[in-house]
Amino acid sequence: MATETFPAYRVLDAGDAALTIEFGNAIDPALLARVDALDRAIQALSVAGALPGLIETMPTFRSLTVFFDPLVTGRQALLSVLRPVLAASAEPAPDIQQRCWRLPVCYEGDAGPDLAETAAAIGVSEDEVVALHSGAEYCVYMMGFLPGFPFMGDLPDLLRLPRRAQPRVRVPAGSVAIATGLTAIYPWESPGGWHLLGRCPVSLFDVRRRAPALLAAGDRVCFEPVSISEYLRLDAACAAGDIDPAQWLIRVAEDGQ
Amino acid sequence: MNAARIEVLAPGAYASVQDRGRRGFRRIGVPWAGVLDPRLMRIANALVGNPETHAVIECFDGGLVLLAHGGPIRVAVAGDAVVELEVAGERRPLPPWRSTMLADGDQLRIRKLLAGGRIAVVAIEGLALPETLGSVSTYARAVLGGVDGRALAAGMQLPVVSHGEGVDRVLRHVPLTDPSPIRVVLGPQADHFSAAALHTLISADYRISTEADRMGIRLEGPALEHAGTREIVSDATVPGSIQVPGNGQPIVLLADAQTAGGYPKIATVISADLPRLAACRPGQILRFARVAAFEAEESARRAEAETRALIDAIRPLLPDGIDLDTLYSVNLVGGVVHALSPEHRPQWWPVD
Repeated sequence: MATETFPAYRVLDAGDAALTIEFGNAIDPALLARVDALDRAIQALSVAGALPGLIETMPTFRSLTVFFDPLVTGRQALLSVLRPVLAASAEPAPDIQQRCWRLPVCYEGDAGPDLAETAAAIGVSEDEVVALHSGAEYCVYMMGFLPGFPFMGDLPDLLRLPRRAQPRVRVPAGSVAIATGLTAIYPWESPGGWHLLGRCPVSLFDVRRRAPALLAAGDRVCFEPVSISEYLRLDAACAAGDIDPAQWLIRVAEDGQ
Repeated sequence: MNAARIEVLAPGAYASVQDRGRRGFRRIGVPWAGVLDPRLMRIANALVGNPETHAVIECFDGGLVLLAHGGPIRVAVAGDAVVELEVAGERRPLPPWRSTMLADGDQLRIRKLLAGGRIAVVAIEGLALPETLGSVSTYARAVLGGVDGRALAAGMQLPVVSHGEGVDRVLRHVPLTDPSPIRVVLGPQADHFSAAALHTLISADYRISTEADRMGIRLEGPALEHAGTREIVSDATVPGSIQVPGNGQPIVLLADAQTAGGYPKIATVISADLPRLAACRPGQILRFARVAAFEAEESARRAEAETRALIDAIRPLLPDGIDLDTLYSVNLVGGVVHALSPEHRPQWWPVD
């Protein structure tokens, strides 16, 4: 059904070398679709040479940030090209089947240091937390924060918790975490405020791959609980490069990617 | 002769290989990295005859010691630095802002950095390190760039090719230190703060805390009060973003910062002033001033014109260290005898 909508957006200043076009302030597939449509329109304009000075774009849940060289272009010049695109009703994204991954996660022992606390906070057993977390299929909403870091949702309602009151200085690489209705995997050791439920051995970022980030916005992801011994075996094999991560792809996209 | 290379004897406080940074991968979470002060990189490279955006060593404070193998290798230091050469066991001072040749076995030492800031850049003619994702810049968190993806450490070897040709050069006008307030453009989430917080940001003193590195700088000062929620649905950060977590103490994000964040960003430091902020030392006090986005764009163009003028004024030195330009333009009538007198020796402060 075609709907004639000219929905509102805001242009936010982000210094002299970037601006953010914001469609809303929530996690909402409708907003994500508009971000994606604008992103694709900008790529097309850029390829056509209509956006000199464009450096790159950064899509998020609800906004698109445009990075530019202020020595070549500027806020007004960019917006004069982008406003007609923004005023037009967004062309709906092609409705194709997305890639789906089933990634192994160890929820046992030290691999899930916040599992007990999480179970206590929501009043269920640890096994039920694992069943809830590994029983849903998630959408990769956006990539960011760290190289290869996927923001995925939505968590089952019962698992919605705020961030930890006291962020950790050191979250181990591979940690599978939840907070604010989202789940993620930390590809690198980093400080972090999310609750750590498990550990995934799969390398999410590797510059030797044609696409360094394993996951991409739009992908679907589900988790398969594995034992500690299986986790250790997979972790060693991944580190040695003996495993092609494509083995965890359970459905390829319709466009063959 | 051994293959030419530079060995790191000591990295000092923190040193890493950087170039202009990697572009195009923020959407998969890869920050630009790159030098915190591109002007220093461009000057130092121009002094040794490299392309302006060639990879350099960026160091914080003093302590970096480099040893040349298989020289001569041309090097130059840009920054308000006290530099020393060690030649055949004898130490002698070397002014920054000019290039010099390191012979096999010579050492270059950054003893300390002065009032101009805690960042210096060392350019090495023909430094040859491989690119990762289009850049040599070190981003240690994800093991990208530099030497094996790591910050410099004692014992690391930096390969050098096509070295030792051309002439030494000197920068004739040293960039001046600018004590004026750090300029910011309000937003993208200025509307998440009270009017009082916006006023505080551009009127209060803020102190650089000890948590200040290539990722960002935590500031200490009057708390900036949020007007609504203290967290937002994550959106993109940019170099210069001033994010304010729940405690109200601002954090300025720099080259290695995360590409997305869930704290509201009250303002953005303009690109012309971000290098100056990055070079501030813990304990230093600063103020912010507000400018409009179009004024910030104008400042970027002005800063570029200044950098261009500095680089265009770089002049060759004669082999014994005489500034050719001074020789020819200032002292043609007086002749060579006067040109060799001390007042015409190259100087690292402005010479005219």
